[in-house]
Amino acid sequence: MTASTGPLTVGSPETGAADAPPARARLPEPVAPLFERIRAGRDLGANTYSTVDVLWVLYDRVLRITPATVDDPDRDRFLLSKGHAVDGYYAVLAATGFVPAEWLDDPTSATSRLGGHPDRTLVPGVEIGSGSLGHGLGLGVGTALGLRAQGLLTPRVYVLLGDAELDEGSNHEAIAYAGATGLDSLTAVVIDNGSATHGWPGGIAARFTANGWTAATVDGHDHDALHTALTERTAHRPHVVVAVVSKEV
Amino acid sequence: MRAAFVAELTALLAEDPRTALVLADISADSFAPAAHRHPDRVLNVGIREQLMIGVAGGLALTGLRPVVHSYAPFLVERAYEQIKLDLDHQGVGAVLVSIGASYDRPEAGRTHLSPADVALIDTLGDWTVHVPGHPDEVPALLRATVAGDAPAYLRLSILTNDRPRGNDGSLQVVRDAGPGAPLLVAVGPLLDPALAAVEQLPVTVAWTHRPRPFDTAGLRALAGTEVILVEPYLAGTSSRVVAAALADRPHRVLALGVGREDLRRYGTAGDHSRWHGLDAAGLRRSVTAFLAPWATPSR
Repeated sequence: MTASTGPLTVGSPETGAADAPPARARLPEPVAPLFERIRAGRDLGANTYSTVDVLWVLYDRVLRITPATVDDPDRDRFLLSKGHAVDGYYAVLAATGFVPAEWLDDPTSATSRLGGHPDRTLVPGVEIGSGSLGHGLGLGVGTALGLRAQGLLTPRVYVLLGDAELDEGSNHEAIAYAGATGLDSLTAVVIDNGSATHGWPGGIAARFTANGWTAATVDGHDHDALHTALTERTAHRPHVVVAVVSKEV
Repeated sequence: MRAAFVAELTALLAEDPRTALVLADISADSFAPAAHRHPDRVLNVGIREQLMIGVAGGLALTGLRPVVHSYAPFLVERAYEQIKLDLDHQGVGAVLVSIGASYDRPEAGRTHLSPADVALIDTLGDWTVHVPGHPDEVPALLRATVAGDAPAYLRLSILTNDRPRGNDGSLQVVRDAGPGAPLLVAVGPLLDPALAAVEQLPVTVAWTHRPRPFDTAGLRALAGTEVILVEPYLAGTSSRVVAAALADRPHRVLALGVGREDLRRYGTAGDHSRWHGLDAAGLRRSVTAFLAPWATPSR
């Protein structure tokens, strides 16, 4: 699996789906108990589960950030743009030691730091407050530019979006500009569960590659494929990983 | 004012590596020399105002001090949610610098008029708003604002007073009519027409270039029973501030400024000042009517 300038599909989320256990039973082992703890018996939508694998691969294998380096200027940045994917996010942050596991017991309560959308000023390790869709990629472009302007050339900036979130036009402002300026420290990750109301004829990756990005389209539950795709980079070109997941749990 | 802004910010970009500028094509030509010298810190994103503010938020998250500049309606109205979320909600600041004001270019029509910008900024948290009244006030204001971290809005205009009056932003008494006299507070470039309007009236005139935070202590010290606000943006923008500051006193407020109606007329800035009653004659009419029982010699 290599980065390409066009859509590239490696594997398929549908392959073997009949035999595979449902996604909720396949959550990464260190995250599963913490996810169940914050879930607390609630019936969460498929989109909540579909993000956990990507989050886990990022925090476990890709991001250069630890609870000790949350304020280090040289850290990698992870920006959760689709801010409603919080249950898996908080579970991963607990699994990796950014927040105490006890915080998972009363999310969105009057005294909780964990809201239905994350707030960077309340949760250690959270880089942006999000919720309203279409804000993360612009902030990510600015973050990448700010790091570059200060000579911080090691950190990478990852922004996680959803395929329906791409409906927001603000994303396309950011996609065009990041491509035109060759912002190669930026990686967008689009969780594609086919939920965009009017779809993306021609594919999601094509929206990026038309603007000069490299792209990889992979099975959003395949950790090795995700790892390979997430660590691809090409000089002077931003990169997008389209992580295809099932709309069903 | 735009020329003063371009010159001073070009100098600041050279002096302070923390300073950055984000543009959306507007004024890009004027900043071309700065962009050539500091390509990593002078960023023109094209005609993309949402991205312009998003980029500023990201720059600020990495510790830079972004200045964001465009025409007022595109900077404040079009990208309002980005200002609210990409700056305020992230807990970071930027310096927004607009041109165009309420009706600097009325020949362009409604799309280029921005009378509501200060009111919109006023819905946010602790923003500082500067409305200079003369180009010579701009350099010091910009320099002091960029040196800080707080969110700030500088509203530049082609309308100016005859001479500069810079200070720290507190109310500056320009004409003192004695204790208990009605107080007129003129903001930014409306001082000269306000002074002309009340030339024959027993009214104290104070001026400020900083409607936010409004100098409420100065207001309480100067105000009697009557307060007249003369603001070069939406009428009533500062009424709530005056009401809160004088809540423990019986008082009357006349809030003059730009009307809400889309006039659907072109013409000149002078025409619009007249139509909104913000020229000397219009202000005199409004103030005289407001003070009618009190301003007569029989008082």
